[in-house]
Amino acid sequence: MIRFDNVAKRYATGREGLAGASLHLAPGEMAFVTGHSGAGKSTLLKLIGLLERATRGQVWVNGRNLNKLRQRDVPYHRREVGMIFQDHRLLHGRTVFDNIALPLVVAGMGHQEIQRRVRAALDKVDLLGKERSHPVSLSGGEQQRVGIARALVSKPPVLLADEPTGNLDPELSREIMELFLQFNQVGVTMLIATHDVALVERLGKRIIQLREGRILHDTGAPA
Amino acid sequence: MTGKARRKAKQPGFRRNRNPVTWLLRHAQMALAALGRLAQQPLGTLMTAAVIGIAIALPSGLYLLVNNVRDLTGSWDGGSSISLFLNQSLSDQQARGVREVIARRDDVAEARLISRQQALKEFRQRSGFGEALDLLDHNPLPAVILVRPSRIASSALATERLAKTLEGFREIDLVRVDLQWVRRLEAITRTLERGILVLSGLLSAAVLLIVGNTIRLEIQNRHNEIEVVKLVGATDAFIRRPFLYEGVWYGLLGALIAILLVTAGLGLMQDPVQRLAGLYQSGFDLDILTSGALLTILTGGPLLGLLGAWLAVGRHLSRIQPE
Repeated sequence: MIRFDNVAKRYATGREGLAGASLHLAPGEMAFVTGHSGAGKSTLLKLIGLLERATRGQVWVNGRNLNKLRQRDVPYHRREVGMIFQDHRLLHGRTVFDNIALPLVVAGMGHQEIQRRVRAALDKVDLLGKERSHPVSLSGGEQQRVGIARALVSKPPVLLADEPTGNLDPELSREIMELFLQFNQVGVTMLIATHDVALVERLGKRIIQLREGRILHDTGAPA
Repeated sequence: MTGKARRKAKQPGFRRNRNPVTWLLRHAQMALAALGRLAQQPLGTLMTAAVIGIAIALPSGLYLLVNNVRDLTGSWDGGSSISLFLNQSLSDQQARGVREVIARRDDVAEARLISRQQALKEFRQRSGFGEALDLLDHNPLPAVILVRPSRIASSALATERLAKTLEGFREIDLVRVDLQWVRRLEAITRTLERGILVLSGLLSAAVLLIVGNTIRLEIQNRHNEIEVVKLVGATDAFIRRPFLYEGVWYGLLGALIAILLVTAGLGLMQDPVQRLAGLYQSGFDLDILTSGALLTILTGGPLLGLLGAWLAVGRHLSRIQPE
């Protein structure tokens, strides 16, 4: 589902985000990317969501070579990759419902289908009854769950999360991870960047450890 | 798969949702939402629309005035006159006959005969050469027919054509056309029209800049929102749309304000113009906006708004990329 062939990313500032990383995630696989800040976790995710393009090597997602993807196809690619951020990236002027509906509106989905899907997503993240609220009136954990609902409402085959529990206490973090495990069980390929190694090790999933833009250790790599 | 084969392999395409009903609904929604956003800041919106309105009203109003003046050129009594000097050998009877023939033409409004005796009398009274005339043994002055062209022959060109025709009459020795001031008025009107064209161009550019700048600020204000919708897979067209609609609304509001301004301005001028016309013994009403002019303003305004928004969006939207 996701494949990196010796991928490097050098930013315009000269900073090296990734310095030659290769990995492969099978469809339905779930993996955590760990490492210190600046190790390349965010860069890895950004390359998959095409927030950045690789300067070297090839990135494959869902059977497509992202290097060859034309700029005008980028939106369609992003619809297949749900993204969850540490700072949620919600629209504060809009209700929870509208925030979650956004990917469907953008994709030109009909009104009734949107109603149905948003309600299902709200149910999954346990926020039914909050759809008329505005994000600012919600707690940090609830805002993050809105962000998660928005990422999964269009049922993308790939879900990325960049430090999804960065601002949450351990109890809430565990709840969020539980949610991710549930999604993974229905077949969503998941890649989660986090520095919370202790939390991740207990889950027993694949861990890709990065340091200075290189893969230091990968528990799921073929021997 | 070799590297080359892989490069050649076609990438799987993306599924695109193209339900026309949903698409149309979305457009209607976006148009209304854009109007709603403008309504949320009524004062700012009104001020921008007023500036656009004034920019549109200025050339429209001037154009209307010049149009009125052109009508005036056509309708003003005595706009031009033609003097026909008749052959001296003609008797008074014959001269009257010529006058009647000319007066019956439909490009002639009035033809007045000044007989040789009348001409002599007038000359005696006015010139002071009366005594000199007495020395002559016959009346040296010809009979004259003063012709005022009718409305259909009132332009300089048509009057000249009429004069040419009259020159062909055997009984007429000399045709003199007094066209000076008709020509001048026509030249002035034409100059004004050109000036208005230039002014329209400049003010249209001003409208483009105003709308463009307003939309640019709007894009900056909604920077965060644009980033987020790009993240969830919005196409450029989708992101562009609300801003384009805002531009159209600004243009339409501006056009409506312009129509109000022009109508009010003409209303204010109606009275003094009628009094002025009265002094010249002429009944004259200022034309108000015709349906054609209304249509031009009502389509031109939104079009300018759309274009201005398009320019701003094209320049600024691509700079916003999510991180």
